[in-house]
Amino acid sequence: MHRFANPARFLRAAQLVLPWSAGLTVALLAAGLYLGLLGSPADYQQGETVRIMYVHVPSAWMGLFVYSNMAIASAVALIWKHPLADVVAKASAPVGAGFTFVCLVTGALWGKPMWGTWWAWDARLTSMLILLFLYLGHMALVNAFDDPTRGAKAGAVLALAGFVNVPIIKYSVDWWNTLHQPASVTRVGMPAVDPAMLTPLLLMGLAFTTFFVTLLILRVRSELAATKIRAIRMVQVHGG
Amino acid sequence: MTRKQRRLNFVLLGMLALGAATALVLTAFNDSLVYFYSPSDLKERQIGPERRLRLGGLVEEGSVKRDGQTIRFVVTDTAATVGVVYNGQLPDLFREGQGVVAEGRLENGVFQAAEVLAKHDENYMPKEVADALKKQGHWQEEKSAK
Amino acid sequence: MDGVLGMGGYAAYVWPAYGITAVVMLGLLITSLREMRKNESQLAALKQAHPRRRARAEEGQS
Repeated sequence: MHRFANPARFLRAAQLVLPWSAGLTVALLAAGLYLGLLGSPADYQQGETVRIMYVHVPSAWMGLFVYSNMAIASAVALIWKHPLADVVAKASAPVGAGFTFVCLVTGALWGKPMWGTWWAWDARLTSMLILLFLYLGHMALVNAFDDPTRGAKAGAVLALAGFVNVPIIKYSVDWWNTLHQPASVTRVGMPAVDPAMLTPLLLMGLAFTTFFVTLLILRVRSELAATKIRAIRMVQVHGG
Repeated sequence: MTRKQRRLNFVLLGMLALGAATALVLTAFNDSLVYFYSPSDLKERQIGPERRLRLGGLVEEGSVKRDGQTIRFVVTDTAATVGVVYNGQLPDLFREGQGVVAEGRLENGVFQAAEVLAKHDENYMPKEVADALKKQGHWQEEKSAK
Repeated sequence: MDGVLGMGGYAAYVWPAYGITAVVMLGLLITSLREMRKNESQLAALKQAHPRRRARAEEGQS
């Protein structure tokens, strides 16, 4: 943890990872899209609409994964005061919001033809909408203060408090009856998805993960540069 | 105790307290968090026709009858059944033996649905696989109408 | 409707789902890249203009 907390060291490591994560994203995306759109069968019940799963489910995973990352980074920032942790949390929020938004919209596009409705206020859909609001609230809060460190601290508290929503989303389909169906891939025992459909699903999930890593590197670099710009300006203003 | 440890304990305690509070709230509101009632729930609760509610379960095999615009079917959770009358567009996934959620009022033991939604299970497979499973007798209907 | 484009009659739902995903992902990528280039070139310009401070900032890093 301490090794990567140093921004200069992070930048050096990121420089090594970036071409790999970007390249892997392209390769995994190409394979996942090919299998998802052309190389996989239609579902016995849902027909071709099952292909929406290959973007809907990975974006839902990422919405939860990015938020968990953000909560861990926030805890590290609050407890150990690592300079990089706040930056990672701030850089993650818009990406997580993007994934969650995609999950909600693609879910609506899938729900309309299959369930018969764009939206239902069941526990799964509602808790996912709350996740989007948590991301948006975090983005607004972090930028709401003149002093960036105070903004980061407020954001970290919000991210940690909002973490209770993550297990609620995951288990909402088991704790309450919902319109949304229960988990398929992570259910105990065998996944309930045919291998021909599981392969593109997992490929797309990996592609989204490497894409997130790529975006995170770009955004952290951007944030670190902005911090340095602020520091130099501060020195100028205060007569350095 | 160092300051770091104090902060760590504070965060852990805070998360624990928040988690416990959330669990209590969710348990207390459990009734309004469920999206629908099962036929057994309805039998138990004696809800009058003035309340709009959702009924969920499986469409009983062989129960769907069309009479012009009107569709009649029976919703079952294998323990109890409720008859449903509906006038309108059915979703594409509406099928006998599949999950369904109807919104409407219970009038004299018959559910007058204003809207019918389909609920699907967590299984995804190509048609050939489903047919093969059925042929081999490995097919087990998902009784997920909890 | 036949073929991939037809999506078994569900083209109006499947393609918009992929479309919105592509738009959001590309949007994130483009804004992140643009922001990073802007900040890094601004920082480089500032360092060039104040070489002494650059050395001091570097000291603080390592």
